[in-house]
Amino acid sequence: MDFNDTPAEAEFRAEARDWLSRNAEKRVPGKTFKLRRGEEGLIPLAREWEARKFDGGFAGIPLPKEYGGRGGTRLQQTIYLQEEAKFVTPPPVFGISHGMAVPVMVAYATEAQKQRYVPATLRGDEIWCQLFSEPGAGSDLAGLRTRAVRDGDEWVVNGQKIWNSGAHYADLAILVTRSDPTVEKHKGLTYFFVDMKSPGIEVRPIKQMTGFSNFNEVFMTDLRIPDSQRLGAVGDGWKVSITTLMNERVVSGVRPAPDFNDIFGLARDLQLEDGPAIADPAVREKLADWYVQSRGIELIRFRTMTALSRGQQPGPENSISKLVGSFKRQQIAAFGMDLMDTAGAVMDKELMPMRALFQDALLDSPSGRIAAGTDEILRNIIGERVLGLPRDVRADKGIPFNQLRENKE
Amino acid sequence: MNFDFSDEQNMLRDQARRFLDDHASRKAVRAVLEDDTIPYDRDLWKGMAELGWTGATIPEEYGGAGLSYEDLCVIAEELGRSLAPTPISSSLYLATEALLHAGSEDQKQAWLPRLAMGEVIGCFALAEGVGAPTPKSIKAAVKDGQVSGSKIPVADGDVADLAVVLARGDGALSLYLVDLSGKGVSREPVETIDPTRSHARLTFDRAPCEPIGKQGKGWEIAEAVLDRAAILMAFEQVGGAQACLDMAAEHAKNRYAFGRPIGSFQAIKHKLADIYIAIELARANAYYGAWALTANGADLPVAAAAARVAASEAFNHAAREGLQTHGGMGFTWEFDCHLFYRRAKLLSLALGGERRWKDRLVGQLEKRNLATAEVD
Ligand SMILES: Cc1cc2nc3c(=O)[nH]c(=O)nc-3n(C[C@H](O)[C@H](O)[C@H](O)COP(=O)(O)OP(=O)(O)OC[C@H]3O[C@@H](n4cnc5c(N)ncnc54)[C@H](O)[C@@H]3O)c2cc1C
Repeated sequence: MDFNDTPAEAEFRAEARDWLSRNAEKRVPGKTFKLRRGEEGLIPLAREWEARKFDGGFAGIPLPKEYGGRGGTRLQQTIYLQEEAKFVTPPPVFGISHGMAVPVMVAYATEAQKQRYVPATLRGDEIWCQLFSEPGAGSDLAGLRTRAVRDGDEWVVNGQKIWNSGAHYADLAILVTRSDPTVEKHKGLTYFFVDMKSPGIEVRPIKQMTGFSNFNEVFMTDLRIPDSQRLGAVGDGWKVSITTLMNERVVSGVRPAPDFNDIFGLARDLQLEDGPAIADPAVREKLADWYVQSRGIELIRFRTMTALSRGQQPGPENSISKLVGSFKRQQIAAFGMDLMDTAGAVMDKELMPMRALFQDALLDSPSGRIAAGTDEILRNIIGERVLGLPRDVRADKGIPFNQLRENKE
Repeated sequence: MNFDFSDEQNMLRDQARRFLDDHASRKAVRAVLEDDTIPYDRDLWKGMAELGWTGATIPEEYGGAGLSYEDLCVIAEELGRSLAPTPISSSLYLATEALLHAGSEDQKQAWLPRLAMGEVIGCFALAEGVGAPTPKSIKAAVKDGQVSGSKIPVADGDVADLAVVLARGDGALSLYLVDLSGKGVSREPVETIDPTRSHARLTFDRAPCEPIGKQGKGWEIAEAVLDRAAILMAFEQVGGAQACLDMAAEHAKNRYAFGRPIGSFQAIKHKLADIYIAIELARANAYYGAWALTANGADLPVAAAAARVAASEAFNHAAREGLQTHGGMGFTWEFDCHLFYRRAKLLSLALGGERRWKDRLVGQLEKRNLATAEVD
């Protein structure tokens, strides 16, 4: 065991750090990009950042050069992200584009499509959204009903999606539909990519509890998609979706604040009854717990790196990062506010420590425990896929989708 | 032993619930949430005044309804459940309590009848910005009958007519009454996590004030008032937590995933059972607090801190996990989960944060232990 980089890793890390320090601001506790502004306002900044990264050779690190990548390794990608996390960078407007759309296009699109879409996406010219969830199909994604019917060289799509982040500004979308309702629910799905400006797509923003509208309802009425934009075989949509979701993890170095460093900074600066909060044993105890969680997640990433550097698939331990991280964020936000006492309720940036980071995060943090797999679903995954516990009884096993109780007229 | 509310009190609860269903619907709550220019629901406040709630515990001789504290607890629980956007906690639980507890006969005569009618709104101005206030930290100061200093946040400080202010006079802390329509007072609304409850910064620049209660005992009196308010607020918190649980249980029965109601998954079943447990523990502690408040015995500080600690935990927990049970819907503006999530955190900070009340609880237990040489 050796937590130090190999000489080659160290060299790449130094190069990344050097580039970052010339192009971004170092992150100090409490400093983040996203502060109570809608995501849209940050798109120009995010685009500019992606373009700069692209020109600097740090976009799509493991992807081949002909698609605009660096032709490097996934290990280098991880190293880069570790370094990026130490800097202030725009929020992950491109999370879906780079984390989901690019890998799925590289895996399933035609050569011409890859040439056309992948570099443009990496450079930040095009933004993607993910049209998966539906009113009746969130955790149970395979229960989706958006219908795709083949018509010659095209598919005609009708249905509704919901909670689609960034659909109101996205140029393109990845979309999963039901092409055959007469087979078991996982088997009748087909996957596409689609231009968001196509006739038949209507996007209606949904206001979130934070007051912003970063996600949407998307209605599709006789939307026509060329068969050439199908990704994967007809009926293979579930397999392609799973590939997409597996890629949902490490795509950005941005870790939503407040994290350990922020609460540590707050505790150091804030005066309680008898001195700085950090001197209070009850505060210290919480800090210690959050440190081992934060550090644990970080070290687990090193294990992932080890697997990657040996050319192996990372192990299932990766799945705990989001579970631990998002609940920790909610708890840290709540505790930070408690330390501020009655005034902890105040949202005014000018008055509050770290420009009301903790208050903003209290309102935003529930999303992290729901989006991209709820806490409960992630625990099921750990129980079933990691620990090999018997699977939950499936009420819908072996039954064609259109014969399921909830789908019969 | 009779650890329950009476039949009359249960009737009062039904009456309160019906009134609030009609007058403090979620629509009414949202009207305050979504319009910055509406600090509280004036019609609702008027209706509450007509029912005598604004002066519930004010004796009849001062124009109040002369209800018991237990009666008020019953009402408070319903107020919490409905999220009623009114200044009742500032006006009745705090300012009125300070007058009843420490006011002179003249002060009571001057203010209580109008507070009882809801014509005058009271507030309690203690905090001076970020961090826990301590006897040493209070900077507001009184000289020649005039107070100067800044109090933030003050719940309902933007709409109140009367403030009870903790300030330093002749070196020692005392409580003062300040008529907010007088000179030397400026107020500025402050945005908080729960816009259904308005808050302000009160700035005093040689504002005329008069002492209330024993001079030099301001901190002790403030603590006694906060203890009393903590029990009443614990009922609001229990009511709010119960509303979260009801919403979550309803959703868990009706929402299907994987061909089953989500409530059939043990992850959800256990989650809701845990909320229920937290609420019942809080309710038990709050009931005991209600009794201690009525009896006004030596056990009040312990009962108050225990009620507050349990109720803050229960409401925050119920709001957070109730929201989680709703999935994506829970994160929307349109669903009501966030109204409770906001209110839960606000109430757990309102009379001082959880950390401080836990500390106070144990401190009070130590004191009682010294006095009786046992902890039961
Ligand atoms: C901020 C945000 C952004 C999002 N962005 C996108 C996006 O860009 N594109 C997109 O397609 N979707 C997006 N989503 C949707 C997200 O994927 C779903 O909200 C999520 O999968 C949960 O589905 P649901 O909302 O239908 O909740 P449900 O599935 O109805 O879940 C409700 C509750 O039941 C629990 N539950 C469900 N099944 C089980 C089970 N088997 N065992 C135990 N508990 C269970 C859940 O954990 C949850 O607590 C986003 C959501 C949020 C909050």
